[in-house]
Amino acid sequence: MNLPDAPSRPDAEADIQDVPIHRQHPAWMTLRRLFRHQLFLTGIGLFGIILAAAILAPIIAPVDPTKLAMRYKFRPPDGTFIFGTDNFGRSLWSRVIWGAQLSVVIGFSVVLLNAIFGTLIGALAGYFRSLDNGLMRVNDALMAFPAILLAIGVTAVLGPSTFNVILALAVVYIPRTARIVRSSVIVLREMEYVQAAVAAGAGHWRILRRHILPNAMAPLIVQLSFLFAYAVLSEATLSFLGLGAVPPTPTWGNIMAEGRQYMSEASWIITIPGIALMITVMGLNLLGDGLRDVLDPRLRIQQ
Amino acid sequence: MSLLEVRDLTTAFKTERGEVTAVEDISFDLDEGEILGIVGESGSGKSVTALTIMGLLPQPPARVVRGSVHFAGELLTGMSETRLERIRGAGISMVFQEPMTSLNPVLTIGEQIMETVRAHEAISVRDQRLRAIEMLDRVGIPSAVRRLGDYPHQMSGGQRQRVMIAMALACRPRLLIADEPTTALDVTIQAQVLDLLMDLRDELGMAIMIITHNMGVIAETADRVLVMYAGRIVEQAPVARLFDRPLHPYTRGLLDCVPTLEQDRNRLVAIPGSLPEPARRPAGCRFAPRCGHRIDACSAAIPPLVAVDASHASACIRTDILA
Amino acid sequence: MTALVSATGLTKHFAVRGGSFLRRHTTALRAVDGVDLQIRSGETLGLVGESGCGKSTLGRLLIRLIEPTGGRIDFDGHEITGLSTKAMRQHRRAMQIIFQDPYGALNPRMSVEDIIMEPLLIHGARADAATRAKVAEALRLVGLPARAAQRFPHEFSGGQRQRVGIARALVLNPKFVVCDEPVSALDVSVQAQIVNLLQDLQKELGLTFLFIAHDLSVVKHISDRVAVMYLGKVVEVAEKHAIYSAPQHPYTQALIAAVPVLRPQDRARGRRVRIAGDIPSALNPPSGCRFHTRCPHVMPICRVQEPALTEPAPAHHVACHLVNPV
Repeated sequence: MNLPDAPSRPDAEADIQDVPIHRQHPAWMTLRRLFRHQLFLTGIGLFGIILAAAILAPIIAPVDPTKLAMRYKFRPPDGTFIFGTDNFGRSLWSRVIWGAQLSVVIGFSVVLLNAIFGTLIGALAGYFRSLDNGLMRVNDALMAFPAILLAIGVTAVLGPSTFNVILALAVVYIPRTARIVRSSVIVLREMEYVQAAVAAGAGHWRILRRHILPNAMAPLIVQLSFLFAYAVLSEATLSFLGLGAVPPTPTWGNIMAEGRQYMSEASWIITIPGIALMITVMGLNLLGDGLRDVLDPRLRIQQ
Repeated sequence: MSLLEVRDLTTAFKTERGEVTAVEDISFDLDEGEILGIVGESGSGKSVTALTIMGLLPQPPARVVRGSVHFAGELLTGMSETRLERIRGAGISMVFQEPMTSLNPVLTIGEQIMETVRAHEAISVRDQRLRAIEMLDRVGIPSAVRRLGDYPHQMSGGQRQRVMIAMALACRPRLLIADEPTTALDVTIQAQVLDLLMDLRDELGMAIMIITHNMGVIAETADRVLVMYAGRIVEQAPVARLFDRPLHPYTRGLLDCVPTLEQDRNRLVAIPGSLPEPARRPAGCRFAPRCGHRIDACSAAIPPLVAVDASHASACIRTDILA
Repeated sequence: MTALVSATGLTKHFAVRGGSFLRRHTTALRAVDGVDLQIRSGETLGLVGESGCGKSTLGRLLIRLIEPTGGRIDFDGHEITGLSTKAMRQHRRAMQIIFQDPYGALNPRMSVEDIIMEPLLIHGARADAATRAKVAEALRLVGLPARAAQRFPHEFSGGQRQRVGIARALVLNPKFVVCDEPVSALDVSVQAQIVNLLQDLQKELGLTFLFIAHDLSVVKHISDRVAVMYLGKVVEVAEKHAIYSAPQHPYTQALIAAVPVLRPQDRARGRRVRIAGDIPSALNPPSGCRFHTRCPHVMPICRVQEPALTEPAPAHHVACHLVNPV
């Protein structure tokens, strides 16, 4: 390239003084906004409790959650047994904490599978018009089933296990994620900066990677935080119905299913995992609302 | 007494970075039958001024910090929402820039005009319908009777803007505020709508406030002009006077920097720099950083709007030297 | 002078789905309908018309951002219609575009340096010091300081962003630039800066511009020749003084008459001809001459026969039965 020496542009001089000295990376600004957002902070706090319990499970709940001790059965919460014991004398503290770990593992796995396959399907369908019809009709067919019914169906066919629960929930939620990614991609595909890249000779792969996917991430992240909550809730439902992880592995769902029989004598067995579930879902929903407020520009303009 | 009297009007908004003043110390009068043009660029506060007068800004985040608005002798600032609703439409009405989003897509235009009438006058459905037909006819929609049943999407942008004007006129307001009424329209349609507004003034004797960024629209319609920059009035003059002998350097810059069909120039005289954001307005005269006649004193204090004669005022400390 | 860009019978029809749920049908939206146009090397051709006339589509067709439905485009002596994406890439260096919306034209997640560097990287440069130096030069050329490279689009004003967009278009050293309404989204006081910048750049770099705008005054200021479009057709092309002082087509005359003058004492109302009515839909354009529904001089033949683009005066092309009676 052979540009001549840049001449002075007097009209621009006042502008030049306006160019800010401090670099503001957009990601940094988003973070700063997030950490000023009350809902988001509350959500992070609540979910943080569950996450910490899941990670620290081996340390804070060293008692084997499956260890039977019939002589201690139906002990209400007290100094020895923080959350009391169940009908087999197992420590409910251990069972709920380890249950948290399972919930978090399943939640993360489902979110991860959605992030990968939902983005892939959504981006392909949104960007390449020729693929759109085929991919979206399959998607629509899967979305036509009520979520929990489809999950029950898939686990019933595959058999109850942690892995199959993850698989079932991924099948249920990926079409929904794909739809959200697709709709952002369709909008972004028409942006003028994408046109500019085409005009410069950029290929599809570069356009998707540099221009479309990074800008489609915001709504996806919001969706994934809500998805985490749905996944935890659905997993609890499945194991409550006996379709989740096989007992004696503790999950909030199967603890509650067992506790249901002793609801009047030992109400803590069903109440405590229920509260844990509530904290998780509420925390994630608040976190998702906060993310949406900060990340979704359409809502920000209205404020 | 003027129809509209605005005194020291100052409106601020609550933002992430604290309260930001959008318009400051706005004072002007508007007489019956007069067309007042308010010209300014983005961030000048021209729309905020109109919305404050109408009481249409949500409070919070907006807040009228000080000042007053009198319409036909009644104090509007601080008036209850119920009483304001009675004045809006019947006393003052407003036409917005975007005719697409200002009309409800699921109601026919007839229903929308009749609804406006119903809100202010206790008249029969038959009379409401007659009024709607009269108004559509008045704004130049052909075969008005047939078009009453049309939905907004069945009309073109220019026709929608006519419908908006018909709605605004339905209760025979004494003041019509038109906020960028032709910005979304093509130039041949713009000419039609501007002609219409002036005909309406002549026939109905109502006052019109036209808010625009386009000096051409001002030249074609206004009797008197306010020039706004960064939230303040910088110049006020009768229209011929403003184009003939502009005083404020910003007004002069605005007139010089637009190419015209009449003249040929090799190069445009640009105003350097950008418009200041409301949260980052410079101290003193807000135009000073972009002004070719700037001296140190310009940044010391905000120059007040000073009258040079009965009708012409400018907010520049160097008016005497530059005039 | 030779034509750098030339369009022959260029046509673009968009398929629009319409009708009720049960009776679907597709209609062709004739955005550009058989346009012949030459852009000479080194000139600025202004392209004016109202919304929906197809001027923006035509601009994008010429640099093959949109695939034409029919017709032929020649660029710098080569036919480029029908070239594969790969074969097209080498021509892309020479043709660039500047957009209207300074907000939508820059990827908000990329720094200014990354934005301007991208075209270079696509054409084989590496992200090294030499490439960065080119970015800095491009910035200087559009009047932005080198430190702007590290900033992100949201930190700039509209006019500054437009400068970044211009730098991106120029960094490949193109011959031909489509300027698609480059100033109409900017504040009035900033427009003149960008107009001046474009004129300076054209002179310094010997660029050829297609300047698309709806503002007739700006087009008159910047153009050498002007083409007027109405509903997918070019109705008049001529040297700019010929167009503005002696417009031949009734539509051109109406357009010019509708522009507000900056002299309140010369108000147009009641003195000049106004055309009535709205622009018809490009989905169902009027028969014959497309302007006949609004034309003050309409004749019977206008409703049935489409006027051809003729040359009643040297280098002045008009498509109107008044000018060229059958």
